[in-house]
Amino acid sequence: MNAGAANPGAVNARAANSDAANSDAASRPAALDPAPLLAVRGLAVSYRVSDRGRHALLRAVNGVSFDLARGETLGLVGESGSGKSSIARALLRLVPAQSGSAQFRGSDLLQLAGSPLQAMRRHLQLIFQDPLAALDPRMPIGAILAEPLRVFEPQLTGAAREQRVLAMARAVGLGPEHLSRYAHQFSGGQAQRIGIARALIIEPELVVCDEPLSALDVSIKSQISNLLKDLQRRMQLSLLFISHDLAAVRFSCDRVMVLYLGRVMEMAGCDALFSASRHPYTRALMRAAPIPDPVAARARHHAPLEGEVPSPLSAPSGCVFRTRCPLAIQRCTQEVPELRQVGESLVACHRAEEVKSAA
Amino acid sequence: MAAAAPPADVPLRIRGLSVSYASERGRIDAVRAIDLDVAAGEFLGIVGESGSGKTQLLLSILGLSAPRAELHGSIRYRDQELLGLDVAALNKVRGNRISMVFQDPMTALNPYLRIGRQITEVLRVHRATGARAAEQRAIEMLQSVHIPDAARRMRQFPHELSGGMRQRVMIAMALIAQPEILLADEPSTALDVTVQAQIMSLFQQLRAGTGTAIVLVTHDLGVIAEVADRVIVMYAGRIMEQAPVHALFAHPRHPYTEALQQSIPRIDAPRPHRLPSIPGAPPNPASLPPGCPFAPRCLYRMAVCDARMPPLVEASPGHWKACHHEGALGKLRAEAA
Repeated sequence: MNAGAANPGAVNARAANSDAANSDAASRPAALDPAPLLAVRGLAVSYRVSDRGRHALLRAVNGVSFDLARGETLGLVGESGSGKSSIARALLRLVPAQSGSAQFRGSDLLQLAGSPLQAMRRHLQLIFQDPLAALDPRMPIGAILAEPLRVFEPQLTGAAREQRVLAMARAVGLGPEHLSRYAHQFSGGQAQRIGIARALIIEPELVVCDEPLSALDVSIKSQISNLLKDLQRRMQLSLLFISHDLAAVRFSCDRVMVLYLGRVMEMAGCDALFSASRHPYTRALMRAAPIPDPVAARARHHAPLEGEVPSPLSAPSGCVFRTRCPLAIQRCTQEVPELRQVGESLVACHRAEEVKSAA
Repeated sequence: MAAAAPPADVPLRIRGLSVSYASERGRIDAVRAIDLDVAAGEFLGIVGESGSGKTQLLLSILGLSAPRAELHGSIRYRDQELLGLDVAALNKVRGNRISMVFQDPMTALNPYLRIGRQITEVLRVHRATGARAAEQRAIEMLQSVHIPDAARRMRQFPHELSGGMRQRVMIAMALIAQPEILLADEPSTALDVTVQAQIMSLFQQLRAGTGTAIVLVTHDLGVIAEVADRVIVMYAGRIMEQAPVHALFAHPRHPYTEALQQSIPRIDAPRPHRLPSIPGAPPNPASLPPGCPFAPRCLYRMAVCDARMPPLVEASPGHWKACHHEGALGKLRAEAA
């Protein structure tokens, strides 16, 4: 199992949010959060798949542990097969977890069932990647926004419900004239505003954003990024922000978890991660991320990372990243690196101390 | 009216190209009166959002527009007019002198045919190469796009390869006849970021090695900044700005380019409190305004902008813009701060 599971104390370390005023706290990420909103320990998710006609177990998430504080945004980044979406789906109970725990509001999310689970869902909402696909095409927007209130706050009068719907619509930049229209009458950016309003109208504490910007046009992305950040602050939301776009993560997140083949490679405060990452994989991801500036982009004389993510059905022994790692040594093939504190990062790499100069 | 001092060798010249077609929403003017030159060996980036017409422009060059699309203007490759050419004549050009790489290799590759058969077909059709020689050449080509174990891959089917590997196969297919121009439509959008970087680096190597001109269509200004020599910015079927890459990024002259550039967060700079952002959304292509299509979202909008579309004019050598606003830009950043 991953070190995260064996040593849960270490993962309590978290950089506070990265406001300039808090840079002291950010540089001491070992400060324990006495009561995180969400505490995930040793989460593992596996899928039964058919591999060339034979049953096989695909380990999508392999012993992942992390905390999420109130009002904090944690970015989950990594390429396809990294397990970032599986983590979110397991927490939302959309797929079963194989093992681990997730303490949230006094109970283990992974153990809940029946009506306690149903009741918990109001505190735990999801914003989807494809907003149009996530909205019922036959319901007017007003009804879509009212539905969560009907389910979770049935005591509300019709007038009170209408008021809440209108207030939420306004908060995401929509007006009363939009409420009688249908999803297909909206552009992608407006549909995402509706998706956000539907997720937030019952005032959840934890919101999973699964690639909320990926399907949007460039000029719309910045609008929605700003909106999410405003709402997150105003409503003191805790966000799990899943994205393959490192630049979007840098803008939106306080802290970042970098995943590869179901394991945590590195976890650090956003500023620390982007200025002094300690894992060769994080470095490689950053080198590959396009920079919209030809001078800066072309000053990076680094060859791209070679090869592709191996199949999770035949993950490498030892460190899962070693087959693509420029720093891999014999030890990396034999020993799974533990997640440990190096500089301002929690990092799972035998050679993390050397990464500063080497990568 | 296109490039300033036309380079000596311009194999592809497009003049006054318009592409329109009927849709459920009404008549769509996807490409509107575009002039475009592709110089030998250049790396041209075309950037735009969905509905900008960038893909329709690319498809029209190889006669791949929808069957009922109406095309006007001229697309000249060397001495030959491509617009209106019959299929047999077009087939002598496409895959041979001009070839194309698509966003989704899975839909562009034939799922029933082995990789080797699909690659060698290009040589057998265009070059009448013998089977053994074609196979040898295909293996070399796969190796040159960094496909390991090329001989084995030749016998595999597309579904047996990863997305990145399929895209390399498509690039190998597109380049095996040594075309003069390679058209690429969002070739790395569906791929992971490290694989995208590999594909872009491959394009640069291939261009340097073979002198093939590359026209890369993308929504990602970051990708353009990494690889292009020259950039065309499209919006609602029009060219808004056209410039050498360094000039475009250092001194954008069109408010839309400025907005695109500044609204993208960067990994290499401290994050701003808010992202500079323009309101609204691109216009409905079935009901475009008579004037500048960007005017409704523009911070520099004047009465004239709604009345007529500004012509594309050369503001400084090689730097073209279609905008009535004459002064400096910079409002967007000031507003966000």
